[in-house]
Amino acid sequence: MGGFEHYLSIFTKAVFIENIVLAYFLGLCSFLAISKKIDASVGIGMAVVVVLTITAPINWFINTYFLDKGALVWLSPDFIDVNLDFLRLIVFISVIAAMVQLVEMFMERFSQALYSSLGIFLPLIAVNCSILGGSLFMVEREYNLTETIVYGFGSGFGFFLAILALASVRYRLRYSNIPPRLRGVGMAMLLTGLLSMAFMAFSGIDL
Amino acid sequence: MEIFNSESKKIISDPLSINNPISLQVLGICSALAVTIRLDQAIIMTIAVIFVLCSSNVILSALRNFIPNRVRIVVMLSIIASLVTVVDQVLQAYLYDMSKQLSVFVGLIITNCIIMGRAEAFALKHGPSKAFLDGLGNGLGYGMIIIIVSFFRELFGAGTITLPNGGAGYELFSIPEAWYAAGYENIGLLVLSPGAFFILGLVIWTQRELFGIEEGE
Repeated sequence: MGGFEHYLSIFTKAVFIENIVLAYFLGLCSFLAISKKIDASVGIGMAVVVVLTITAPINWFINTYFLDKGALVWLSPDFIDVNLDFLRLIVFISVIAAMVQLVEMFMERFSQALYSSLGIFLPLIAVNCSILGGSLFMVEREYNLTETIVYGFGSGFGFFLAILALASVRYRLRYSNIPPRLRGVGMAMLLTGLLSMAFMAFSGIDL
Repeated sequence: MEIFNSESKKIISDPLSINNPISLQVLGICSALAVTIRLDQAIIMTIAVIFVLCSSNVILSALRNFIPNRVRIVVMLSIIASLVTVVDQVLQAYLYDMSKQLSVFVGLIITNCIIMGRAEAFALKHGPSKAFLDGLGNGLGYGMIIIIVSFFRELFGAGTITLPNGGAGYELFSIPEAWYAAGYENIGLLVLSPGAFFILGLVIWTQRELFGIEEGE
C-alpha cells in the first residue's frame, strides 16, 4: 500500500468507475431536482465537493478514535472491548449537519462572492445522501486517512461531473419533442441511465 | 373520532396513486434504486422504511408544538437517526446476511428525502393519528414502486423471483433450464445500475400516463 499511483487509482475509481451517483444512486434527489439549470448545477456540485472533502476525514477521525471496536484504547487499556459503532449513524449525521452550518458561516464571513453563489445550496446538501454515503463507504472499505481524503474529494468530483453532464444534456433537450408525460423526471431518469451506461465503459480501467 | 372516514382514506390512497412519493413528488429515489436488484431486498427495505416513516411522523407530530422552528431540522435528524439505528441493530441481530447485502443503504434511510419531506410537509402540521396514516400511505407508495422495479429487474435480469426468508431468501420461481436451452437469455444490463434507471424511468412514465399528470419544464 502507498505511493502516488495507489491514491490516483482510488481517485479514478471514485470519479469514474464507482461514481457515487451513477453507480451507487446516492444524492439522486438533488441531482434530479437541480439539474434543470446549469448554473445551479455547478453551484451544488462545488458545494458537494467542499463538504465531502471536509466531512469524510472528520468522520474518519471520530470513527477511528471514538467509535470503532477498541478505538478508545488510547484513553485507557481497559477500553479494549468497548464498541460504540451503534452510534455511528447518529454521530455522522450530526457532524455533517454541524459542518455544513460551519462552512456556511465561514463562507458568509470571509467570501461574500462564494457565499452568494454556493450559500443557498449548503443547507440542501446536509441531507444529501451522497455526503453520508461517502462517510459510510469510507468505514466499510476501511480506508486510512489519506485514502479517505482522496476518496472524499474524488466522490465529490464525480458528483460534480455527473450533474454537469446531465444539466447540459437537459439544456439541449429543451427544444426536442418529448412525449408530454415523459417530460421532467421520467426523461431525466432515462438520460441518467444512458450516462450511467457511458460511465460503465470505464469499468475495465485499473491503474 | 372516526378513523376510516373519507379524509383518512384519501391520506392513505393518494400516495399510492396520484401523489406517489417516488414518481410524482420525486422523493427518496436514492435508496429506491440501490436495493432493487432482488425482490427480497426491496421487501425488507420497504418494511424498514414504513417503520421509520410511521414512527418518525407520529413522534414529530406529537412534539410539533414543542420544537422551536429554528432548530427543527436538527431535531428531526436526531429522531430519525435514532429510529434508523434501531432498525439497523434489529437487522444485524436477526437478519445478518440481509443487513450485509443492504450494507450502507439501511443507514441511508436517514437521508431518504421521503422521511424528512413528509415530516416537514405533513407531520409538523397535523395530529399524530393523521400523521401515522400519512406515513403508512407514503411508505406503501414507496414500497409499491420499488417492488415493481425490483420484480422486473430480478425476473428479466437474473431470471429468478426471491422472497425474503432469513438472509438467503426463498426462491419462489426461476426461469426453467429448458428456456435457456431454447435460446432465452437474461438481460445482464438490468442487474447493473443503468438498468435501474431505465426501469424506474419507464415506471414513472407509465404511471403518469395512467393518471394523466404532466410536468411543466
